[in-house]
Amino acid sequence: MESTSELPVSLIPNHGSWLRYLSFSLDHKVVGIQYLVTGFLFYLVGGVLAGMIRTELATPISDYLSREVYNEVLTMHGTIMIFLWIVPVVNGAFGNYLIPFYVGARDMAFPRLNAVAFWMIPPAGLLLIASFFIGGASQSGWTAYPPLSLRTPALGQLIWIFSVLLLGGSSILGGINFIVTILKLRRPGLKMMQLPMYCWAMLGTSILVVLSTPVLAGTLVMLAFDIVAHTGFFNPAIGGNAVVYQHLFWFYSHPAVYIMVLPAFGLVSEILPVHSRKPLFGYTTMVYSILAIVFLGLIVWAHHMFTSGTPPWMRLFFTIATSFIAVPTGIKFFNWLATLWGGKIALNSAMLFACAFIVNFVLGGITGVALAQVPFDIHVHDTYFVVAHFHYIVYGGTVFIIFSSIYHWYPKITGRMLNEPLGMLHFVLTFVGFNLCFGPQHWLGMNGMPRRVSEYDPQFTLMNQISSVGALLMALSTLPFLINVFHSAWRGRVAGNNPWRALTPEWLTSSPPPVENWNGPAPHVEHPYGYGLVETTP
Amino acid sequence: MFGLVLFLVGDGMTFAGLFAAYLTFRAVNPLPSGGVYDLELLLPTINTALLVISSFTFHRAARQLRQGSGFGCRLWLLITAALGAAFLASQMLEYFKLPFGLTANLFASTFYVLTGFHGLHVTLGVLMILIVWWQARAGGSINRESHFGLEAAELYWHFVDGIWVVLFGIIYLL
Repeated sequence: MESTSELPVSLIPNHGSWLRYLSFSLDHKVVGIQYLVTGFLFYLVGGVLAGMIRTELATPISDYLSREVYNEVLTMHGTIMIFLWIVPVVNGAFGNYLIPFYVGARDMAFPRLNAVAFWMIPPAGLLLIASFFIGGASQSGWTAYPPLSLRTPALGQLIWIFSVLLLGGSSILGGINFIVTILKLRRPGLKMMQLPMYCWAMLGTSILVVLSTPVLAGTLVMLAFDIVAHTGFFNPAIGGNAVVYQHLFWFYSHPAVYIMVLPAFGLVSEILPVHSRKPLFGYTTMVYSILAIVFLGLIVWAHHMFTSGTPPWMRLFFTIATSFIAVPTGIKFFNWLATLWGGKIALNSAMLFACAFIVNFVLGGITGVALAQVPFDIHVHDTYFVVAHFHYIVYGGTVFIIFSSIYHWYPKITGRMLNEPLGMLHFVLTFVGFNLCFGPQHWLGMNGMPRRVSEYDPQFTLMNQISSVGALLMALSTLPFLINVFHSAWRGRVAGNNPWRALTPEWLTSSPPPVENWNGPAPHVEHPYGYGLVETTP
Repeated sequence: MFGLVLFLVGDGMTFAGLFAAYLTFRAVNPLPSGGVYDLELLLPTINTALLVISSFTFHRAARQLRQGSGFGCRLWLLITAALGAAFLASQMLEYFKLPFGLTANLFASTFYVLTGFHGLHVTLGVLMILIVWWQARAGGSINRESHFGLEAAELYWHFVDGIWVVLFGIIYLL
C-alpha cells in the first residue's frame, strides 16, 4: 500500500498546473475531476446520439437515418450513457473526490490503482466510438442479446465487448478501492455510524460492483467465443441456450441500476440537509435501507425476463422480491421529505435539481413497481413504457443528482461560485425538457409502440413529436450550463472555504483543497448533519 | 491484503457465473447424439493431487521464511512452481488426448473455456511464484521482515487450488 502522504507537496508531479489533469496523477481530487470531465465529454457524445434518435423519430418513416445506422446509434447511446457517463461519474468522480474527505484520509487506499482505473476509461470510450467508422458499430442494443448480437457486424460487436470489459475492469478496481478506503482508512475514532451517508451508499454500491461485474465479464467472454471461435454457448441454431445469456447479463445489469442510483441516493442525502439547515432524518434507517437494497438488488434480475419463457414459479419469486425493493426505497424517500419538512430551505440550483430528483424518481419508481407485476409487464414489455421508466430512473434520478452535485461542490472544487440565474435557467430547461421528452413515452408504450425500431405507426406521430421537442429543450439546456461552468471558473464570485455553511469534512478546508486535503490534522466530525445542534462557521 | 481478498471474491464470482452457465446448460440443453459427459479420470485426478500438494508446499515455503531460512523458502517455492508447471503440462496432455474440440458441442465448449480460464490462472500463479522466488533471494525485497508479496501470492495460489477442486467436482465427477 502506498500513499502520496509520504511525498512532500513540491514533489507531486505538475502540482498546481492544469496539466496535472492530463497526467497519471495519484491525487484523489485530480482523479475525481478527471472522471467528471471525461464523463461529461462522453455525455455530450451520447447526447448527440440521443438527438439523432429523436430527430429520426419525429416522423413515422425511416428517413433521416437508415435502419442499420439507427440501430448502431441507439446501441452506442445506451452504452456510452451507462458505462462512460453515469457509472464513472456518479461512482468514480464524486466517490474519488469526496470519500477520502469523509473518512478523514489524505488519499484513497490505493492511489496508483485508482489512476490505472481511470486511465482505462478514455481508451475504452474512444475505441467504442471508433467502431462507428471501422465497419459499423454494434447494432444489438446495450444488452447485446444473442442471437441478435451474433448477427450484427462481428467487428463492431467485438469492439463493444472489449470496451465494456475494459470499463467493467475499471469499475471493479474502483470498487475494491472504495471498500478498502471506507473500511480501513477511517480516521482513528471515526465510527461507521458517524460517516456521511454517501460513504454508506458507495460501500453498498462497491459491494454490488465487486460481486456482479465479474459475472458480466465471464458472460461477455463467452459471447466473444461464440463470435470468434463459433462455439455455441448462446446460439440456439447449434444447440446453445440464449436465455442463459439473459440470466447472466441481468445478474450484472440489474445491480447495475443500483450501481447508478445508490450513489445518487448518497449524494442527495448530503445536499438536502445542507440547503434545508436540518439534520438528515432517520440516519440509521437510511443505512439499513441501503444494505437491504444491496441484498435485494442481487436477487431480482429475472424481472427483466418475464417474456423469455420464464417458468411461473420463477416469475412469482421475482415479482415478490422486486416489489420488496420498494420498501427500503420508500423509507429513503420519506426520510428525505422529512428532512425537508420545516427546514429553512434555500431554493438554489443545487436544491432545485435535488427536489426535482425526488419528483422524477418517485414517478420512475412507481412505474418500476408496476413493471414488476407479471401481467402488466407482459403487456408493455419492450415498449416505450420501459424506455420512459428507466429514463425517469437514470436521467430524472441520477443525472439530475449529478447536476445538483456539480452546483453543490463546484465552489469547493474551483474556489468560485456558479452563477445562480444561469443555473436556474439550466434547471428549468432540463426539467421541462425531460418531462416533455419522456412523459409522453409512457402513453406510447401503453398503446403498443415498440422500442428500438426506427419506424412507427402514424397514430403515434403527435406524441413522438412532443417527445422530440422535449429532447431539443434538453439539448439547449446544456448551453447555459456550459457557459456557466466556463465563465464562473474565471469570473465567478470567490466562494471562500464554506459558502454553504456545511458541516461535512470537505468544507473544513480551503477551496480548492490542498494536495493532502488538510494543512493540519484531519478534523474530527462527529455530527456531519448536526444542523441546529453544533455551531456552523461560514 | 484486504484489497486482494476483494479481488479474489470478484474473480470467484467470474467462476461462479461460468459454473452456473455450465450447470444450466447441462440441465436444460440435451447433448446431440454422440456427445458424452464422461471423461477419462486418471489425468485429472493426478492434476488435482498435484495442485493440492502444491498448496501445502507453498505453505511450507512461507513458514520457512518466517523461521528465517531464506534457502528453505526458495527451495519450497521452486517445488511449488514445478508442481504448477507439471499441472499445466498434464492439462495440455489431456487436451491433446480428448476426442472432441472446442466447437464440438455445448459441453465441449464449456469444458475448454472453464479449464482454460482456470489454466490461465495457474499460469499467472506460476509466474507470480517465480517472481516471488526471485525477490526472496539474498538481498532481495522479500525477507523475514517484509513478506507481503509472498503472502499475497500464497493466498492467490490457495484460491486457484480451491477453484480447481470445485471445478473437478462439477465437471469431472458430476
